[in-house]
Order: sequence, then structure tokens, then C-alpha cells
Amino acid sequence: MAPLDRANVDTDAIIPKQFLKSIKRSGFGQNLFDEWRYLDHGEPGMDAARRKPNPDFILNLARYQGAQILLARSNFGCGSSREHAPWALQDYGFQVVIAPSFADIFFNNCFKIGLLPIVLDVADVDQLFTEVEATAGYRLLVDLQDQSVTTPSGKSFSFDIDPFRKHTLLNGLDEIGLTLQHMDKIKAFEEKHRAAQPWLFT
Amino acid sequence: MHTLYDKLWQSHVVHEESNKPDGMTLLYIDRHLVHEVTSPQAFEGLKLAGRKPWRLDSILAVADHNVPTTRRDYGISDPISRLQVETLDQNCEELGITEFRMNDLRQGIVHVIGPEQGATLPGMTVVCGDSHTSTHGAFACLAFGIGTSEVEHVLATQCLLLKKAKTMRVAIEGHLGHGITAKDIALALIGEIGTAGGTGYAIEFAGSAIRELSMEARMTLCNMAIEAGARAGMVGVDDTTVDYLRGRPFAPKGDLWDKAVVYWRTLKSDEGASFDKTISLDAAQIKPQITWGTSPEMVAAIDGKVPDPSQITDIVKRHDMERALKYMGLAPNTPISEIRPDKIFIGSCTNARIEDLRIAAKVVKGRHIASNIKLAMVVPGSGLVKHQAEQEGLDKIFREAGFEWREPGCSMCLAMNDDRLESGERCASTSNRNFEGRQGPGGRTHLVSPGMAAAAAVAGHFVDVREIY
Repeated sequence: MAPLDRANVDTDAIIPKQFLKSIKRSGFGQNLFDEWRYLDHGEPGMDAARRKPNPDFILNLARYQGAQILLARSNFGCGSSREHAPWALQDYGFQVVIAPSFADIFFNNCFKIGLLPIVLDVADVDQLFTEVEATAGYRLLVDLQDQSVTTPSGKSFSFDIDPFRKHTLLNGLDEIGLTLQHMDKIKAFEEKHRAAQPWLFT
Repeated sequence: MHTLYDKLWQSHVVHEESNKPDGMTLLYIDRHLVHEVTSPQAFEGLKLAGRKPWRLDSILAVADHNVPTTRRDYGISDPISRLQVETLDQNCEELGITEFRMNDLRQGIVHVIGPEQGATLPGMTVVCGDSHTSTHGAFACLAFGIGTSEVEHVLATQCLLLKKAKTMRVAIEGHLGHGITAKDIALALIGEIGTAGGTGYAIEFAGSAIRELSMEARMTLCNMAIEAGARAGMVGVDDTTVDYLRGRPFAPKGDLWDKAVVYWRTLKSDEGASFDKTISLDAAQIKPQITWGTSPEMVAAIDGKVPDPSQITDIVKRHDMERALKYMGLAPNTPISEIRPDKIFIGSCTNARIEDLRIAAKVVKGRHIASNIKLAMVVPGSGLVKHQAEQEGLDKIFREAGFEWREPGCSMCLAMNDDRLESGERCASTSNRNFEGRQGPGGRTHLVSPGMAAAAAVAGHFVDVREIY
């Protein structure tokens, strides 16, 4: 787990706008937190291996390499609706983000791509920050089925998740496919809606 | 008794995944606005799955983020930006989606052109792969930003899976003072409740001061709801709403118009409807607002000072404030009026409508930008706004005052095109976000109203616009 000790981390910080020009869905990981992570200015198409990493940025520390869980502060992911933000986190290697609170659109986008955002109490997040900063190689166990996060000392925190979202995540279901199973209902609604507000269908 | 939000929600429910009130609901979407940045992967996904758009006439597309604001006849010089815009053009052409191309007079920022065309109508659910979709709530719509997966979901199914939000009523009672605008209300509110204050809520703006606002001003206010953390902001229908929409190209005509208006007039919260939270602000107390930090909640009034982190006890907050002041190059306790911008940006989906340009023009008329201002630019919200402003001679006023008069687009609000701040440059901006690097790497943004940006341009430092006009 890697700790990012800042509140209100916005989507411009997670993935700066110049990388949003891509028409692809992958490859954003190397530009995750670009302005904090590198000392030079990043532009699309640059070779990450030739860039100057910022040695002070938390994700560049040797002890946090390979982290799959990001520990963050409140209102993580505020700002724009860019799904590039969760794409970048996932492409970098994160599977879970833990914070006391998330911005609504970001939170929602995470589920759509199979990145799990977990909300824990402020005090519990504080405790995790203290522990992860004190212990190199600190590992948390996240159990989605059980809805729990367990520390190396065996302390367990439970988290809430909407049952439908849990079901789609655990089974890797395609939400569009699921919605299309309700095709008849959508068509029936549409007919009723058209009759009531015909001006919407011109 | 129902809130406006409840009415909009209930009238679009297709299916409920559970019978619990906080379960996922399949909601029907009436209007899908599309731009070039958040749609290419959605169109690709649709194609790969062998699916087609469910309802073409619900979609309106425009390129706004990457378009240049100078010399459109040269095309887009950055090949990556150009490819993104061309990809939108191709997708729209292949699928038969209505798109306003870059050189169409109707092109502009997606949140300006929707209402301008009457493509945004009361009672609609409106979505776009853009967080500032909340703007459209000014028309008593349920309008909110979505991610790219959801863009694909709406294209394929005309629906979205959503969780119902809690409701917040923001009541602004009394009258705004001279020179005070919707932008000041928005920033004052965010200063009060914070950028996460509205998280999980849909905000309805109400009260006598809101009723007195024009549609342009209501759009500014709803636009900034997302900066308060609320995915949706909205205002109930009244004469102002109906008058604005009459005669717009996509608005209903004749008998349909009459029928629509009868329905639209029901789109307001019932007297006594209960909200999960209520916030009240006294309009008369609101002063011109300026952000001093790197989050819209880091805001002060023009007669205020940059805060002092040493006075903050919460350690996370103190560190955030210290980091913000370092980034912004500001010392604690500096009077706000001593801050001197290098550049002026009047534009964005927040403040680039005709009323915004009129206010700014009134301030700069007969004056000239100060010698320390390296660049002052006006970027109208759409080709039609630009045209209207030119009819009124506003372009001439701006040009004579030393402003550049540009082509419409998102421009330096997020600096995806060539319009950007250099590192360390300070900008008085009428946009919506002052995040680190938002207007260019190392750039320093101060969010203000159009009048305040214009006043700063002529004074060379922030100044109370009420002293100028």
C-alpha cells in the first residue's frame, strides 16, 4: 500500500489534461500524477524511462514500488469527470483506493472499470497512514466478498458497498449487457415518455 | 409534496434494481451532449461490441476542448488534438449524429450551445462526459457529468444506472448588491460549505435572489455546483426560464410549445417539500470573491487578506494551505487587492455568455489594460455569442482596451489547446477551477467574476469592481 497524504486530490493532478488528448483507453499509468511524479514537464508521447523522476514524490520511493492499494485523504478525485483518472490509477497497478471520502463522479467511474474505491472512517484512515508510514512493506488484505480490510496485526475494518455494484465487480459483468436485458422496459418507458412529452422526441 | 429533484428523478425511472430507496436505478436519459475528449473510447467500445446508438435524435455533438481560438482557417496544429477532433467528426458522420463542426457559427462550448439552441429543455435528464454538465440544471433539468464508460452506456441503452442523491436546498434570500454576480454567490457558497460540501447531494438553488437572476447567471451558478461537490445543481422553472427558451431552434413550436410550457411550470419544488439539508445565504452580505489558493474553497472577499496557515489547527488543512500558498507564490496576510495578475482570461462554460461579456465590456469601456498585463483575452462561449457581441460592438470595446478577441472554445480554462499560462504566471480567470497546473503547468489561477477580471485588467491588480462602475 502507498500513502498519498493530501486532501482534495483533483483529477487534474491524477492525470493532467495534455494526456486526455489520447483516443485510447490504455497507457495512462506512466503519466499518473505526472506533475508531482516527474521534475520535467510531461507531454504525450514522451518516453517515461528518459524523464526525471521527482525523488521526493511518494510513489517514487523504493518501498512503495508495486503497491496495489492507494491510501488517500478526503474528497479524493474531485474535479472533472475524466475517466482517464481511474484508468491511470488502474494502468499504474492500483486495484483499490482507500479514503475517508471521494468525489461523486470519480467514485462512480471507478466501479465502471473495476477499480475499487473504499470509504473508511477518518480515524481508521489516520491509523492506516500511521502504520503504513512506520512499516516498510506494509500490506493490507482487501476482501470484497467479505467487505473488509485487514491490517497485518489482524485488525479488521468493514466497508459498505452497494450490493449491485458488488455483484457486478465480483462477477466482472458488463453493465451495458445487463441494462440491455431490460430492453423491453426501456422501450415501454420510451413510449409512455413520448406520449407525455412529445417535444422531447423531435 | 416533492422536491424538484424528486420530480425529475421519478419521471425518468425505467427500472429499480432493488426496492430499497438507496438501490441502483435505471434512469432514462433525454439529452446526450458529446464532445471530443471523453467520447472516442466510448464510440470505440460501442463499435467493438457491435452496438449502435439507441436514439440518434437525443445526441448533439461539438468539439470544444481542443479547438484553437485563433486562425481557425489554419486548422489544428497539434496533431494529437487534431486527431481527437477528427475522430469525433468521423464518429458523428458514420453514425449520423448531429454535430456542429469547428467552423460552424453554432460551434462553441458544449454547455453554452445546449441551452443556446434550446437543446436543453426543462424536465429533461441531460448528461455529458463533462463535470460541468450541472450547468443545464438552470433549466430545471436533472443534468450531471458522466465518465466515458457511462457515455458508452447512454449511447447503447439511453439509460444510466444511478443511485439517488440526497437533496440540498441553497436559499439565497434578499437582493444582490450592485456589481455582485452569480459567480460571487457560487464562490461564497463554496467558501462556506467547501468543495466536498455538496458531495452526495443534488443542489436546488432557491430564494428571492435566485428568482431575480437571468438564465445566464443561473447557468453560472449551476455550473459551479460541481465545484461544491454536487454532481447536479438546479433551479425551478419561472417566466425567466420560459422566456429564454421561446423561439430557440431545438425548442418546441406552436401547440407543442404551449403544451410543454404547461408541464414545465410544474417543475419546481412544492411548497413545504423537505430537503435533506438546507443552507441559507444573505444575498446582501455577498461581496466580490477571489480565490487565493488551489481549490475553489480557498476564497476570500476583495477586501480580505490571504490567510495565515499558522492560525490553522487542523494539521491536514494547515499543510494544504501551506502547499497552496507556496504554489501560488503568496505570503500570508497579503491584502487580496495587492495581488497583481499577469494575464486575464474571460471565458469558459462558467462565464462566456453574452451577459458576462456585456458586464466585462462595461468595465473596460474607454479604459486600457494596465502595463503589467501581458495578455488579456476574451473567448466567447459560442460562435453565436461572439456574433451577438460583435453586433453590439463589444469586440471593439475589448480590442480598444487592449484585449484579444478570440474564437469560441474551452481555451485557457483547462489549457488543452495552445492557450495556457507559463509557469509562475498569475491569471485573473472567469473559469471554474484553480487546481495546480489547470491553466498550464505551474500557472497560478485566481477565480473571479467577469466584472472583477475586467477590473483587474485595467487596474493591474485586483480591485473592487464596485469602485469602477
